[in-house]
Amino acid sequence: MDFEDTAEEAKFRSEVRHWLEENAKGAKGDGDEMAERTDKDFLARARAWQAKKAASRYARITWPKEVGGYGGTPIQQVIFSQEESKTNVAGLGGPFAIGLGMCIPTLMAYGSKDAIERYVGPALRGEEIWCQLFSEPAGGSDVAGLRTRAEKNGDTWTINGQKIWTTGAQISDYGILLTRTDPNVPKHKGLTMFYLSMKSPGVEVRPIKQASGASGFNEVFFTDVKIPDSQRLGEVGQGWQVALTTLMHERLAVGGGQGGGLDVKELMGLARTLELEDGPAIKNAAVRERLADWYVRSAGLKYTTYRTMTALSRGQQPGPEASIAKIVVASKLQDLAAFAMELEGESGALKGEDAPAHGAFQMGWMSAPGLRIAGGTDEILRNIIAERVLGLPQDVRVDKDVPFNKMPTGR
Amino acid sequence: MNFDFSDDQKMLRDQAHKFLTEKCTSKTVRAVLQGSQGYDRGLWKQVAEMGWLGTAIPETYGGLGLGYLELCVIAEELGRVLAPIPFSSTVYLLVEALLIAGSEDQKTKVLPKIAGGEIIGAFARAEGVGPVTPKSIRTTFKGGKLNGKKIAVVDGADADYAVVLARGSDDPGERGLALALVDLEGKGVTRTPQDSIDPSRKHAEIKFDDAAAEPLGKTGEGWQLASRVLDRAAILMAFEQVGGADTCLAMAKDYAVNRYAFGRPIGSYQAIKHKLADMYVNTELARSNAYFGAWALSTNARELPLAAAAARVSATQAFDYAAKENTQTHGGIGYTWEMDCHLYYKRSRELGLALGAQRSWKDKLVTELELSNAA
Repeated sequence: MDFEDTAEEAKFRSEVRHWLEENAKGAKGDGDEMAERTDKDFLARARAWQAKKAASRYARITWPKEVGGYGGTPIQQVIFSQEESKTNVAGLGGPFAIGLGMCIPTLMAYGSKDAIERYVGPALRGEEIWCQLFSEPAGGSDVAGLRTRAEKNGDTWTINGQKIWTTGAQISDYGILLTRTDPNVPKHKGLTMFYLSMKSPGVEVRPIKQASGASGFNEVFFTDVKIPDSQRLGEVGQGWQVALTTLMHERLAVGGGQGGGLDVKELMGLARTLELEDGPAIKNAAVRERLADWYVRSAGLKYTTYRTMTALSRGQQPGPEASIAKIVVASKLQDLAAFAMELEGESGALKGEDAPAHGAFQMGWMSAPGLRIAGGTDEILRNIIAERVLGLPQDVRVDKDVPFNKMPTGR
Repeated sequence: MNFDFSDDQKMLRDQAHKFLTEKCTSKTVRAVLQGSQGYDRGLWKQVAEMGWLGTAIPETYGGLGLGYLELCVIAEELGRVLAPIPFSSTVYLLVEALLIAGSEDQKTKVLPKIAGGEIIGAFARAEGVGPVTPKSIRTTFKGGKLNGKKIAVVDGADADYAVVLARGSDDPGERGLALALVDLEGKGVTRTPQDSIDPSRKHAEIKFDDAAAEPLGKTGEGWQLASRVLDRAAILMAFEQVGGADTCLAMAKDYAVNRYAFGRPIGSYQAIKHKLADMYVNTELARSNAYFGAWALSTNARELPLAAAAARVSATQAFDYAAKENTQTHGGIGYTWEMDCHLYYKRSRELGLALGAQRSWKDKLVTELELSNAA
């Protein structure tokens, strides 16, 4: 056991470091999440950095060289991300994460040769941004319950309906769109996938104001939007299988790393400075007990990531333990932030610069509910672990064999 | 990154797994639980013959000299089947105490016999209710004689030697403490079995009345030496706990798939699914913390005390949760004597208390964090 790179990995890491030193130096960065940043200045810097990476084939390490990738291994991707995260340009990849992580891999799996030639390059270079149009008001966790209709007339499809929680739609040029093409068959069988320009007539993007006040997500409305049949991905009625390809990539793309950097270290920092009824907070038994509880979850996750990296380094498929990160991180953040506010007492009700620790805990507490829901709710993730990792039977599906238009819908 | 066991170590784990699945069934555990024997002598003998007792004992002292990673994989398998043998008392505690604090003579005299399965060990700390603190130690060790009483000593009735935390000088604090190595067959030692929550691991009270003992390390270093021994034992025991948690999850899963209620397997209900998913999450976190402990132990890393506390807390939480929710998943039948759920429920608490309760380890964890500034 050790934490060292293999000789090959060390060579790659030093190559990457070298390149980053030469290219990232002086570039103005931004650590913020894309969800909070969509302004022109930020986007321009993000695009410039992406183009630089693409020119040196670092934009997508594991993609084949023919499409502009590095032709590398998953562990090389991890190494690049680690090194990039140490620079001040780390946050600049945000706008392209969904496109390159989910949309383009789907296009590469199901798109025509022409489409791949046309779209992969510009996405890789950051010239075009993509979004994923799956979730709907009536289909969140149950995404296959979506209702956006696609009807065919000759070689053209007409789209009507609404998507929601679409990250980055307001800055996207293209999107992949899951629609219902046949409501007369059970829900999974009547779906079809397309891609389209977000500038198409009849597409309207409205940012959603989140509970936190920020607007990273959008509603997207489709009114008689026309899509040529040539922009279909996969067969008619095969949309669910295509979507599974996308979602598989989502899980690889999302992984750990969330939590806004708020963890035991920050709570300890606060506890060191605070005076409670009986002395310094750091000496208080209740505080120490909670610190230890969160530390073992945090450290456990860190070393779980090391196990995953070890599998990648050995050229093996990572084990299912990689799936636990989000459940652990999001609820830990929520509890830890709320506890910190408890320690702050009445001043914990303030936010921003008026609050202790520049309002870091208030911000974490406010973002935690979103984290527990986005990209698979805690409940759906537990179902996934139970069913796919532990092999427990699926829940009884009352909608499984019922034609979609005969399904009870509630309110 | 090479944060996993090697193929050879995994092969050793597989061999241990195969052997123990065959030789240590729940019948074996129950025989000790319900009987008067302190441990399973047949199993102990075979474990000794395979060399497991000397896994981490250097070859110069009659061991295999393999190392701690090898010992970790064996510990995990012993925990998986609740092996009713004095392995932890002997191998994690007595051996480590000797390696850390023993004189050359002591090591030469005792370690080869441990490796050969001739000597069983115990570690005697507690004297009363509440956490073991320097102040709580009243047993004295002066002029080569032990006087006082220790309670809840795991394997205390069967052990040949015990490491005893005692007061070696008139200093009433930590500085007055010493470790003593005592031959329990000697004069002035009275041992009385004590009932415990998990009778598959026997506990005893030991009284010392001018019992002859040798110092293990220097007077004044007793607390610090005991601490180091406990750190090392905690990491090894964490592997046992992770193994036990794993079995609970497997049992719960098996039952949830096969038990039908309201016309469907109970494992198809989210109330059960989410419980089992949480068992899985906790166990994986504990496993990863234990791995870090294994690394620290095998390399004698600076981070060892922090790694030990984290492994200990994480594994105790995981096994506690898995054992109680396994019983809950089984429903009424899980609370019967004939089902094995209670064996794990009992062992999870027993292991959780054996080296000191979570409270103390959590406090220690944060102390280490304060020292290292690494949180």
